[in-house]
Amino acid sequence: MSKHRFPTLVVALALGAGALAAVAVAVVQTPAFAATPASAGPTIKIDNFTFGPATVTVGVGTTVTWVNNDDIPHTVVATDRAFKSRVMDTDEKFSFTFTRPGEYTYFCSLHPHMVGKVVVKAA
Amino acid sequence: MSEHDGGGQDRRGFLKCMAWAGTGALWTVSGGLASSISLDQALAATNPAKGFTFLQISDSHVGFAKPANPDARATYREAVGKIIAMPVKPDFIIHTGDISQLSRDQEFDDADQIIKQAGLEVFHVPGEHDMLDDENGKAYLARYGKGSRGAGWYSFDHHGVHFVALINVVNLKAGGMGNLGADQLKWLQKDLAGRSSSTPIVVFAHIPLWTVYADWGWGTEDATQALGYLKRFGSVTVLNGHIHQITQKVEGNIAFHTARSTAFPQPVGGTAPSPGPLKAPDGQLRSMLGVTTATFVRGREPIALIDATLAS
Repeated sequence: MSKHRFPTLVVALALGAGALAAVAVAVVQTPAFAATPASAGPTIKIDNFTFGPATVTVGVGTTVTWVNNDDIPHTVVATDRAFKSRVMDTDEKFSFTFTRPGEYTYFCSLHPHMVGKVVVKAA
Repeated sequence: MSEHDGGGQDRRGFLKCMAWAGTGALWTVSGGLASSISLDQALAATNPAKGFTFLQISDSHVGFAKPANPDARATYREAVGKIIAMPVKPDFIIHTGDISQLSRDQEFDDADQIIKQAGLEVFHVPGEHDMLDDENGKAYLARYGKGSRGAGWYSFDHHGVHFVALINVVNLKAGGMGNLGADQLKWLQKDLAGRSSSTPIVVFAHIPLWTVYADWGWGTEDATQALGYLKRFGSVTVLNGHIHQITQKVEGNIAFHTARSTAFPQPVGGTAPSPGPLKAPDGQLRSMLGVTTATFVRGREPIALIDATLAS
């Protein structure tokens, strides 16, 4: 997987997150939305089979990015499958824009003992 | 050797049985851990006259190219080279998963080309690294899943020994470890139901079917149920990979064993901040990689396992 594919992935996953949210995004955002998200949020680092920080709190509309610093591939998969990355090899990234408030628990589907949480607050 | 005949299947008996595996020095057990020996020694000592041998190879991670091993293809080739050099050919090879690093076609292609050189039939189960295509394992199934059920499980018989291939790397649950799932457990129960308790059983799967180290996910959530179905059999050998090091345990009539990788070692559970590739001291990598030879002799269960490193 090459890094330049990720913006496309963000769009696809945002669409997949829910038709309503996707429509809202399409109306408000220009096509450049994926490359320059309205609100760039925190980056969660994967080091030593751990998501750090394990919990982040963000506002609605924030894009969260994960980066894999391990020598082993990992994934980021929401427990309820609201989002799901492709496999991330060393130094690869995945981003997801949270358009709805809620608590999103997620894990690595290869190493499911790796778990984390994103708390999304209403604006 | 006669002390084994009619002997019990307790731990002591099992360890005694191990001694006949080769010349006595091959497989010594100390504190539950096997000592490693050179493959050449192991090969010279293998005597399948009264039974057969098969070979376990694991965690080839073809495509891995990081400091712990810049070329996992090369070490896989070396391992296969050792198999080719065996004076007595094993009947077949089982590969206990993580064939590839990232489930890429090229990686699977290269892995197939390398192991093909051994000229032996290969039975596969996938590791989590073989499930990374966009369709969660379809690429693996298309290539290796012919004749299998569900996510790829199957069984077969060889000279009176029943072999069961289980998949515990699919649909893993957040916070959990390996997982077999209800459908597979149901199939396993049926698969074993009609068999005599004297049938020797070999079960193989990628992630250990007992909990080696829970904090690192080194175990299988619902293995207890599977082991329950296996309990009544007089000789059960469980062969796993995933953790890239030898561990073993005997519980009742069930002997558990994990094999080395042909790609890179990992730390002993709990001795490092996390699992993952361990960079061996200079010149030591090949002494931490290897394969396992299993020898079955009728009436002399359990199956004897010989772990051999690539350094010789």
